[in-house]
Amino acid sequence: MILIGERINAGFKDIATAIREKNEAPVQTWARKQAQRGADYLDVNIGAASRNPEDMAWLVETVQAAVPTKISVDSTNIKILEAGLEARDGRGALINSTTADPGKLEKLVPLAVKHNASLLGVAMDERGSPPDADRRVENGAMIFMTAVEGGLDPDRIILDPILMPLKFMQEQARHVLETIGQYTNLSDPSPHISVGLSNIASKTTQRSLILRTFLVMAIGQGLDAAICDVMDDELIAAIATAELILNKEIYSDSYVRAFRLKAGASG
Amino acid sequence: MTATIPDVKKSWSSVINTVTIGATVEEGGTRTSAITIGGETTLPVHHFEGEVPHPPVVAMEVWDVPAEDWPDLVKEPFAEVMTDPGAWAKRCVDEYGAQLICLRLAGCDPNGENRSPDEAAKVAKRVLESVGVPLIIWGCGNTDKDNEVFPVVAEAVSGENCLLGTITEDNYKTLTALGTAYHHKLIAESPVDINMAKQVNILALDIGFPPENILIYPSTGALGYGIEYVYSIMQRLRIAGLKGDKVVAMPILCDIGIEVWGVKEAKASEGEVPEWGDARKRGPMWEAATAYVYLLAGADILIMRHPEAVRATKETIARLMGGGGTS
Repeated sequence: MILIGERINAGFKDIATAIREKNEAPVQTWARKQAQRGADYLDVNIGAASRNPEDMAWLVETVQAAVPTKISVDSTNIKILEAGLEARDGRGALINSTTADPGKLEKLVPLAVKHNASLLGVAMDERGSPPDADRRVENGAMIFMTAVEGGLDPDRIILDPILMPLKFMQEQARHVLETIGQYTNLSDPSPHISVGLSNIASKTTQRSLILRTFLVMAIGQGLDAAICDVMDDELIAAIATAELILNKEIYSDSYVRAFRLKAGASG
Repeated sequence: MTATIPDVKKSWSSVINTVTIGATVEEGGTRTSAITIGGETTLPVHHFEGEVPHPPVVAMEVWDVPAEDWPDLVKEPFAEVMTDPGAWAKRCVDEYGAQLICLRLAGCDPNGENRSPDEAAKVAKRVLESVGVPLIIWGCGNTDKDNEVFPVVAEAVSGENCLLGTITEDNYKTLTALGTAYHHKLIAESPVDINMAKQVNILALDIGFPPENILIYPSTGALGYGIEYVYSIMQRLRIAGLKGDKVVAMPILCDIGIEVWGVKEAKASEGEVPEWGDARKRGPMWEAATAYVYLLAGADILIMRHPEAVRATKETIARLMGGGGTS
């Protein structure tokens, strides 16, 4: 399971303030905490706090100074993505994200190839959010084909079928699960498949229960990555158990601990 | 018409840990040579798809007391030296090419001579003075006694980067603490059970022992006595390790001699079973054949007894590693 730690995001007040004040401490604290908990990537996002690519570079450098974990540069703006990638000290990276928009893919696929980075493709196109599984599969396949043709190793492509809030678009979760199953048939081995997990629980009262129940169901369909709260022990325990049930890991009585140790060692 | 042979090469995402046993003078010990094992990036003998940077090695077994219960055939090469573990070890190295010595503290067993921790430490020092190769020190198997003996022994051989064993799911704290304090490597033992093999590693790692300092001992069965169970466990461990499961990405140790020389196919005399042929050939062959199977399963260290079996196994290793062997 590829765990992408969600916490270094200007959507959180402490990070937004840290970016504005160039205060390293809160950023590095979250970098260390998430790395210790087994994050494979740390997502970094300057969000609405700034439109300045230099702020992304600062954020990446600040994280790098604290931990050796790979970086997920998260923006819809290509200049900001580039600044984040260029600020790296040579460690692995993930571009988060492209959509199935040809204009975007035309720029982001070569960018991923140039920086030897992975590319996360969200199954959205110029028509907006996909209403069903068919549109999600169509968009995901288009991203996958374009990226492979552009020279990106299939192992570096991660597809995201887009989760919607369960509370407001209840029918969409089923479509997402169906899409995940179909993505696994796109190639052999399957492309990586991820979701931005927190979306599904938006404005709900049973947040953590919804998150981990959905995640387990999605893993059953073939999901192998997630942008999520890696500090959530019950979520991680549920992931470890799901992988065990799918015989992806060797059983041991302390398998949850093993999952943490393993993730920590590879992060 | 030409047929194209598909490329079946597989590449693995991870690597087995590299472990060095023994410390030379420059490294703070007194060994004339150290042994490095592990580092594989592929399955055994798959040289076409990855690296096996360090060939498997053969350790020979020496006891702190004369090994009375060994069959005559395997006692014979050591007959005059069995009362002196130093001379015994020296013979294994100088005459039979042992790459490590495995000192088994059988004399500490409370059901046997019940030797003291100090006596055990003295023997360990004596072996270290007699040979230059690295040392494996294996307890008597009585948990309580081993927990008394090892604190003294581990300190006495401090700085020599020995391999101590074994830790198990039920008894790992003492030895793990000693390994940390005196910088020794550890053997993690499980009873032909892959889940427990993983569990004992997790327990040691969880109290801060580095994964790079652990070897897996998944138990060993002689040829004809459950070898296939151990073989499949070793394969699964190695595949999981190569796929990135850091908790099991350790080199593997097999304790061959003690198992083989306990089974009738190796130890029965010709008089007992005439149709099995010459016991002098049969016994060492049984030991070498058992070792061969474990080499194919991914063994990194083989602990053996009979000089003929050791010679044949070292030759096999040279051949499997692409060296062509010696005869």
